[in-house]
Amino acid sequence: MQKFPCPFCGPRADREFRYGGDAGKQRPARDCSDAEWARYRYQRANTRGVARELWLHADGCARWIEIERDTTTHAVIAARPLAP
Amino acid sequence: MSGPQRVDDSNGNGRDIDRSRRLDFSFDGQAMSGFTGDTIASALLANGVRLVGRSFKYHRPRGIFTAGGEEPNAIVDLRQPQRHDPNTRATIEPLQDAMTIRSTHARGTAQRDRFSFLDRFARFIPAGFYYKTFMWPRFRLYEDSIRALAGIGRVDSNARAPRSRQQFLNVDLCVIGGGPAGITAALAAARSGREVLLVDDQTRLGGSLRWRNAQLDGFPGIEWSAKKGAELRAAGVRILSQTTAVGIYDHNAVVLVEKGLPPAQSANGERLWQVRAGSIILASGAIERPLLFENNDRPGVMLADAVLRYLRSYAVRCGERVVVATSNDSAYEVAHELTAAGAHCVIVDARSHSVLADTARAAGIDVHLGDSIDSALGRPQVEGARLASGTRLEADLIAVSGGWTPLIHLYCHARGKPRWDDRIGALVPGDSVAGLQVAGVANGARTLDEAIEQGSRAGSGAPTALRESSLGSPQPSALSPMQSTDFWGGTPNLQAASGHRRVWVDLQHDVTTKDIELAVRENFASVEHLKRYTTLGMATDQGKTSNVNGLAILAAQTGRGIDAVGVTTFRPPFVPVSLATISSRNLGELQVPVRRLAAENVHREEGAYFREYGDLLRPAWYGRDASAIPRECRQARSGVAVFDASSLGKIEVIGAQAAALLDFIFYTRMSTLAPGRLRYGLALAESGAIFDDGVVLRLAPDHFVVSCSSGHVAAMVAHLEEWRQDRFDLAKVFIHDASAHWATMAVSGPQSKRVVAALDLGIALDDVQLPHMAASAGTFAGRAARVARVSFTGERCYEIAVPARLAADLWHKARAAGAEPIGVETLGVLRAEKGYIFVGQDTDSETMPHDIGMGGARDKRGDAYVGDRSLFTPFAKREGRKQLVGIAAAGLEPIPVGAHALEQANGKRRSVGYVTSSCLSPALDRPIALGLVERGRKRLGEELQFEHLGLRFTGTLVGSCFLDLSGARLHA
Amino acid sequence: MTDAMRKRHYSAWSLFREGLRGQRGWTPAWRDRDPKPGYDVVIIGGGGHGLATAYYLAKQHGLKRVALLERGWIGGGNTGRNTTIIRSNYFYPQSAALYDLSVNLYEGLTRELNYNIMFSQRGLIEIAHSEGDLEMMARAANAMRINGIPIELLSREQTLALAPLLDPSPNTRWPVRGALQQRRAGTARHDAVAWGYARAADALGVHIIQNCEVTGFELAAGRIAAVKTSRGTIHAERFGMAVAGSSSAVAKLAGFELPIQSYTLQAMVSEPVKPCLDTIVLSSTNGVYVSQSDKGELVFGGNLDRCPSYMQRGSFRVSQSVIAPLIEMFPAFATLKLMRQWGGVVDTTPDNSPIIGPSPIPGLFLNCGWGTGGFKAIPAGGTLFAHVLATGQHHPLSEPFDLSRFESGELIDEAHAGVVH
Repeated sequence: MQKFPCPFCGPRADREFRYGGDAGKQRPARDCSDAEWARYRYQRANTRGVARELWLHADGCARWIEIERDTTTHAVIAARPLAP
Repeated sequence: MSGPQRVDDSNGNGRDIDRSRRLDFSFDGQAMSGFTGDTIASALLANGVRLVGRSFKYHRPRGIFTAGGEEPNAIVDLRQPQRHDPNTRATIEPLQDAMTIRSTHARGTAQRDRFSFLDRFARFIPAGFYYKTFMWPRFRLYEDSIRALAGIGRVDSNARAPRSRQQFLNVDLCVIGGGPAGITAALAAARSGREVLLVDDQTRLGGSLRWRNAQLDGFPGIEWSAKKGAELRAAGVRILSQTTAVGIYDHNAVVLVEKGLPPAQSANGERLWQVRAGSIILASGAIERPLLFENNDRPGVMLADAVLRYLRSYAVRCGERVVVATSNDSAYEVAHELTAAGAHCVIVDARSHSVLADTARAAGIDVHLGDSIDSALGRPQVEGARLASGTRLEADLIAVSGGWTPLIHLYCHARGKPRWDDRIGALVPGDSVAGLQVAGVANGARTLDEAIEQGSRAGSGAPTALRESSLGSPQPSALSPMQSTDFWGGTPNLQAASGHRRVWVDLQHDVTTKDIELAVRENFASVEHLKRYTTLGMATDQGKTSNVNGLAILAAQTGRGIDAVGVTTFRPPFVPVSLATISSRNLGELQVPVRRLAAENVHREEGAYFREYGDLLRPAWYGRDASAIPRECRQARSGVAVFDASSLGKIEVIGAQAAALLDFIFYTRMSTLAPGRLRYGLALAESGAIFDDGVVLRLAPDHFVVSCSSGHVAAMVAHLEEWRQDRFDLAKVFIHDASAHWATMAVSGPQSKRVVAALDLGIALDDVQLPHMAASAGTFAGRAARVARVSFTGERCYEIAVPARLAADLWHKARAAGAEPIGVETLGVLRAEKGYIFVGQDTDSETMPHDIGMGGARDKRGDAYVGDRSLFTPFAKREGRKQLVGIAAAGLEPIPVGAHALEQANGKRRSVGYVTSSCLSPALDRPIALGLVERGRKRLGEELQFEHLGLRFTGTLVGSCFLDLSGARLHA
Repeated sequence: MTDAMRKRHYSAWSLFREGLRGQRGWTPAWRDRDPKPGYDVVIIGGGGHGLATAYYLAKQHGLKRVALLERGWIGGGNTGRNTTIIRSNYFYPQSAALYDLSVNLYEGLTRELNYNIMFSQRGLIEIAHSEGDLEMMARAANAMRINGIPIELLSREQTLALAPLLDPSPNTRWPVRGALQQRRAGTARHDAVAWGYARAADALGVHIIQNCEVTGFELAAGRIAAVKTSRGTIHAERFGMAVAGSSSAVAKLAGFELPIQSYTLQAMVSEPVKPCLDTIVLSSTNGVYVSQSDKGELVFGGNLDRCPSYMQRGSFRVSQSVIAPLIEMFPAFATLKLMRQWGGVVDTTPDNSPIIGPSPIPGLFLNCGWGTGGFKAIPAGGTLFAHVLATGQHHPLSEPFDLSRFESGELIDEAHAGVVH
């Protein structure tokens, strides 16, 4: 029932989007350690508060966007495209 | 004393009923009648019905208590020709003709309940008693009896889901509540140019103005409301009547349930509204609070406001000799109106003083000040009252008013935190909530004028914080107490609630003050523990009339103020909502739409037997039953077959970075593919497990077409898009899912070249120009077509892609040229004979490329691709990984899919893998299977035991390809 | 049994005795203690797992100085919000052992705790809607049977006989093709599990400290030495956290992250009706599950709302996505009403298997990541976590669930094994 402000499509119902994990992660190179690979694959910030999240506007423009959102109130603070 | 009855409409009683339109109904087998406009409850009262049910635990008699949705007692079973509702709230359900109504929860009828003996043992079954007993020897022995005693109504096993309605709406402002504050707010907002929706749960606007006397702008309240209704419509306000707001969700989403729709519009008469509002004004008013005294649960004890409403709206006088017990001024009007309707009234006021006492006495109403009811007398229904002073009064109706409780549930849904206001003795909104304002009595307004002023301010966008009234103190009038300042009543009076008496707090769940004492004694003293231990407030009325009294008792018992005690969380829905209404039209195929092939009708004509694979409807075989499969297999291997392969998808990847993107997505390198060629490859998930397999066709240096598993196309598109957007220049590579544009028919078999030639596609078919794993562009019926030589059957095969609308034509032409149809099940057998995998069936969430013999790229590729690092974790490198193998069954029967291979170690059995595909091979005339078995590829030739649901099978591990190992048949 | 114990013992006799005495002799189910400065073990989190751990530390390991800290009121988190299903039909042998231990412990729990947790073993059926479902179900059923868990595969007729209100028509969107059954599965009264463990732990001297929120950790020589709380600083040898819905937040206080993502799981309850559903029904395809409580309410839920959230609030869209398939499968339920809807915060892991064992910080141990399946595992989680906290070592059954499995890649992937968690 949330409303997400897609930077491309405008405010749309949350049912059109899919969650894709924490924003800001970097994919390590192949020579990284098991621990580093595990961190990339599995570790989550899981923030209780304002989180930076990746969302796909699956039923709209199909673009990945970053949404800054408070996970304790669902208040949306900002939404931006990932790639220009 | 005669009890409740209908009276005439002198004094303006019966405003909501139409006496010219009689309705007949039955209650517990007795024929009765009422009028259009009655609720079931008002009609029952008009027929003198006092007992309408039994309480949950003690089976004590229950009567109608209120006139609204907060009703705890009058839950009835309702049957009409077109609908059955096992738990109808009689106070809000409009009476209709030919209704069959039964009391619920009694064994027998409400009058004669075989379980009423339980009340005698009440002291042995207090709150939480079931945690302390029913333990020996085991709970199950008692459970069936307990379950049989529980529940209110009974489900009708023949009931079918009616199709309800749903509508969405975006508005600027949603005003909830059509009483004086809500009306005023909506009008103010509309006049300032906003788009407004006004929601009210009654049939006509006005709220309590419809039964309470008040003067507004020189008009009686009921006329004022009608006038305002017209003004609202003229101002463009959209009004939804008979509509209850049941929940507020994220970002000002409001869910409404509208009732009273004709059957043509909605089979169950209801419509769900999902509203997104820029802002919300909650003007939902307040409901009256009961008083606490001994046996306050007797039929004949009713809320005073409800008694007034039954009289004014439905012309039902609920009693002849009435005791009006109150802690505030609002009940005085009730006594006056009852007296005018011929009843004999006595007022018992807990306060030592009221400005309205003299007027009452002048009207012939006895007023006992500084007194309260100690105990209700009479059984099963009220016959009198004993006061704290010792006085005994005769009565067939006790109308109680212990104060008012603002309806702020929706404010709490929106995460507002209520606070206790000691002056008025009520929970009111505390902190402010973005996008939502509370106005009027719901906000603790102390006079009608203040309520209207708050509505006006809210509608104009100004704050409505509760503050000292700036309007002075108008003269309270007995006849319009809403305009007085003392209708609130203060903190609940607990005087009569102590001692050894039985005093009810939750009428439906039979929770008494003693239960609360017990809970506190046992340290269930937080408000949530209290609720769960005693079940106070957890009945179908959601504690609307019991909540505050319960909090007050808890506070007193634990030596705290009510604010310190806190409140339990209010959760949606505000009133119970039919499951059919929530689902609305989302039934049947609309839940998960079936996806269909373009040529579906053609397959039906051919006699296909359809199955859903994923959500795709496809021909499993052609013919009456599965015996068609071996016939189809033989045809495919010896002659020529045609198969509808449209579901495999056509995802185009276009641009200068297309090759680079595919090299990142696919484990198998695709950038080295020559234009006009195809390559089979694996795509991995980041876990290293096989995500999908597919065939990639390169049309040009910067143009590829990807096919993947049927049913997985959308996921593959999403996968491609995700990495495209993450790592590539969006201007240099594009994904275009063209799957819906194309239909693909696969013509396969030793005779396939002949059939393809007959299709006249305008391409050269010799094996030099069109070798295996190459493609050519042609035409079909004047449109562009593509032919690719790629095989999933192991035979020579041509996949012909044409525009989807030509699917049937292509099929017919191939059939006319001699190709026989084969279905998905047949293909399953053919590919199993070749050891070709179905990803997700022959692979699981752990299967990596080197488990299926495709470890080459893992060893050779140094550049990055999805899943690369995961192929080198300890898990990926460990011995004993499950590997794809073939399994030759020892017997004549195939080993069932899902059978596990067993190993015995230390006397314990252990699974070392399982069968993933299994069938009788027509080509080899014996059972074959594929499976994932630990170290499978290292122990070919070993015989293993398999188990399926207790049955044992033997199988030998062999290579996964059973037929034509060299692949010569692809070129035959 | 001493006289004092006999007085505190619950039984029909005690009800009779107190009924005659106006309920005056009942004593607190557990005492509210003030925190002491130091304990042997401090458990952070007063839900089912924390309370069970505290009990087993005292009972099985004889520890006398154990404290349990709960920031609100005990059992107020997911333990008080779940749909009360108990079962052990899991795919991997490590999971099967864990959850089956739990079912075994649940079977004897009422007697052990002298508190009626109302464990009703009326069985569970998971419905197959297609041939493909049946095949996957066979794979899972055989795995479970080999794991020592009795499982049946039922025909269509057998399935319909167990749940007669299921729509038998072939035209329904969720046709019944058969089912997987675990007869030993059942439901229990969730609050009773929490309160039963609390009472028993309290009787063994465990300090239950409510309204005590952990706000930070104190380290000494790289080891957790104390917790800072809203009610003072508390020292202990070992600390265990069992704080579903707050695992990452508490971990953050200690300076590490977890492979956990928190989502809302919604549950719903209908108005109570006379008995009409005798077994628990699940659909693996649409994710809906339903049972009928002893009070007559239908208790149901479905898939997670995969939007990170700590609000414990439901979404109406999710309610609709659960209710529509529910009444499609059970048309007779369409006339019933939704009475209450609520949510809990569940901590999901990448493989839908829990994390038990040491945290990255010495002295602090984890029991978390139970996702949507924590309630059924309370007794097992409690006894295994108690072992870890008492000895500092893994129990053989808890070892596979160590946090290090994510680094080695040895996940116990119940998420994709076709098992509904």
